[in-house]
Amino acid sequence: MGAVRNISRRSFIKGIGLASGGLIIACNSNPFASEPKDLIEFNPNLFVQLNSDGSLVLVASRSEMGNGVRTSLTSVIADEMEADWKRVSIKQATGDAKYGDQNTDGSRSIRYLYETMRKMGATTRTMLEQAAAKKWEVSVEECSAKDHFVHHTSGKKISFGDLVEIAKTLEVPEEVTFKSKDKFKYIGSYLEGIDVPNYANGSAVFGLDKRVDNMKFVAIKRCPSTFGTAKTFDDSEALKIKGVEKVMQLDRVPRPFGALGGVAVVANNTWAAFQGKDALKVDWDLGANGSYDSDDYMELLTKNVHKKGTVAKESGNVNKAFRKATKIIESTFKAPHLAHAPMEVPNAIAVVNGDTCEVWAPTQDPQTARTEVAEFLGVEKENVTINITFLGGGFGRKSKPDYIVEAVAMAKQLNSPVQVIWSREDDIQQCYFHTVSSQYMKAGIDADGNVSGWLHRYAFPSIMSTFNPAADGPAGWENGSATNMPYLIPDMRVETGKAPAHVRIGWLRSVINIPHGFSVNVFIDELAHAAGKDPLDFRLNMIGTEDRIEGGEGDYKWNTKRFRHVLKQVAKNADWGKKLPEGHAQGIAVQYSFLSYVASVAEVSVKDGKVKVHKVHTVVDCGVAINKNTVESQMEGAAVFGMSLALYGKITAKDGAIEQSNFHDYQMVRMHEAPEIHVEIVDSDEKPTGVGEPGVPVIAPAIVNAVFKATGKRYHSLPLSDHNLV
Amino acid sequence: MTTLNVNGKKHSIDVDPDMPLLWAIRDIIGYTGTKYGCGKGLCGSCMVLMDGQAINSCQMKAATAEGKKIITIEGENKNLQLLQESWVKHNVPQCGFCQPGQLITATALLNSNDNPSERDIENAMSRNICRCGTYQRIKSAIIETVELKNS
Repeated sequence: MGAVRNISRRSFIKGIGLASGGLIIACNSNPFASEPKDLIEFNPNLFVQLNSDGSLVLVASRSEMGNGVRTSLTSVIADEMEADWKRVSIKQATGDAKYGDQNTDGSRSIRYLYETMRKMGATTRTMLEQAAAKKWEVSVEECSAKDHFVHHTSGKKISFGDLVEIAKTLEVPEEVTFKSKDKFKYIGSYLEGIDVPNYANGSAVFGLDKRVDNMKFVAIKRCPSTFGTAKTFDDSEALKIKGVEKVMQLDRVPRPFGALGGVAVVANNTWAAFQGKDALKVDWDLGANGSYDSDDYMELLTKNVHKKGTVAKESGNVNKAFRKATKIIESTFKAPHLAHAPMEVPNAIAVVNGDTCEVWAPTQDPQTARTEVAEFLGVEKENVTINITFLGGGFGRKSKPDYIVEAVAMAKQLNSPVQVIWSREDDIQQCYFHTVSSQYMKAGIDADGNVSGWLHRYAFPSIMSTFNPAADGPAGWENGSATNMPYLIPDMRVETGKAPAHVRIGWLRSVINIPHGFSVNVFIDELAHAAGKDPLDFRLNMIGTEDRIEGGEGDYKWNTKRFRHVLKQVAKNADWGKKLPEGHAQGIAVQYSFLSYVASVAEVSVKDGKVKVHKVHTVVDCGVAINKNTVESQMEGAAVFGMSLALYGKITAKDGAIEQSNFHDYQMVRMHEAPEIHVEIVDSDEKPTGVGEPGVPVIAPAIVNAVFKATGKRYHSLPLSDHNLV
Repeated sequence: MTTLNVNGKKHSIDVDPDMPLLWAIRDIIGYTGTKYGCGKGLCGSCMVLMDGQAINSCQMKAATAEGKKIITIEGENKNLQLLQESWVKHNVPQCGFCQPGQLITATALLNSNDNPSERDIENAMSRNICRCGTYQRIKSAIIETVELKNS
């Protein structure tokens, strides 16, 4: 990331923004343009507006979906600026490349924007100090900002608001100095989420809550099989429903995030639209995916991983290592499709006026939405405004703006503002599903109880199939941690098998780390057992005592010291190996994902054949933790999310159609099942890394390993409800 | 016409008598704090107080709610206000979407039980799903509210 560039005062007044590479550039629009003008405003950059009354508006460029990003990103600006957090309000950016990358997924908002937000704050602070120096006619070295004031060494002080007029006249400095860590006030603290009061009083506006004048409510009946089409439909019953105004065909938009198409019911309220949809009789052409059967498909995947695949990674000589082993362990792991099921279903409002369009939607990726809408309408991106509401959960689902394209297509056809609302059934059955996978693992144990040879072969439909329907194997990055493990295994081969997709495949919170974290962590437990060693000691031995810094991603190498530390620390916190009540046992797992290190210990009991998770201890090393309140919340939430997929998560298909439909057959963990969760955040000066996702992958294997310890039974497939354990 | 008493105000609305209370509240009367989550009474996002009891408003016909006192998350109730304060203090919400429903269920619990046990809390709150997994903080916030009330 470059230093803050000096720019002309003219462009500075217009605001400066971020190019996609993170550099600060001049641009012509101002996010604060619609603010009331009765105050004097100081806009040193796109993210900061200081008003003459001292109120401070900070821009959040990423989407808020429970990740706490509106608080964490802006608190970094406020901290560097020496602003008083109580004077801050947040403005949500619209989808626009001038803010840099806004795609709120991949657990990288903080990682990408931490330095930039610091620069935004430090630049503003420096200019306010310069403004005070100018006003007092003293040297700037004698002025320092603190708590919304600039102080002079003589003891006098002036409020930020009173400096606005002078600050406006100053050039943006070329170089700024960051605060030292010991001066941080908000970074590394436990800050209350800035939107929490509005969540608690019901006033936060989610996509579903947004209203525009003359808005129609639209529900869409989509083909049960992916990419099937409506041959004919009978809308006579639907049109009898009070409130239903119109029924019309919606064509598929064949793009990665295009509309699926179907038959749309237009009504004057949501319920009428849903009722109308249920009353439609549609004759479908189920298309090429109409025979998709997920049981048969799992057999195919399993067959494909029991024969030679495409080599994704090879080191040493795995067959030679197997020959040296005294024991050979082999296992096959299976994990089903999952649906994100955010509590707020996909929905979007669109207003199309000639060649301009305005959207309000809960979206994780407003720039992709903007591109898709512009492409669909055949207009310039500048003609499309994407307003981001609060997201009632995202988990990756709301990165895909297909529901926004639907709303735009309907608004255009109807020549009226519309809100497209998915029912829960639509959400679970028409998702961009988490992949289904089969994995074959084989390893040797030598006479000393060490791993001698490691073969990992997996097949799962790739996310790339959403972009290229012919893709039938993983992209390089989808090998994820399987080819990037901080373990010492000299003789190793990773292979991939073929897996064509029959539903839309997408990314779900922690993505491929779910199946890989499960298989690798459970398999290592099996190896430990075969070697007659404690699972913690066996892992530590596999990591080795030497500090190795390698692998990782780009500048972010993994460090075995940090990997080892989270493992040891979680064992200490959970009192690993302690005497437990009858039927109770602990299981452990560790995963490096999204450049962060997470280890968890689950304590479970199995009584009358049913599993209960009593406690989860998690230790996370995510580098500098910006808002510890958020990091702890994310780890707590990840434990519950991980538990839901471990116990219940399963989406299946028969004759092309998804068999589950709502929370009765796609169950979530509820409060009475939820464990006591303890989180420790490793104190670190390292660059910040992922938080939203890396807490998830360790949970299922920690539970499965604990169940083995408790019962002696090893489960190789998820969810545990399939084994009658819940 | 159906007349509903929502948050102390009477609203006369002309809707299909089968329309669930949820949609009457959200789309017709305009209180959007009450959420749609599943439409089947499975997730609790649509909880409102009806004569003090927490009900899934997606499962209650608007016509049946006539003459009842409906309180939504935007409404006034002493226990609700105490819980909302505690929710903020414990930084309970993540995405926040299910929280109105969670708060209404918790309010009904405290309306009917001055001193619920941890088990009582778990039983009552198991009607509500939080996909973000904020259960531990919800429980802590309720326990603290009970302690505050009883101190």
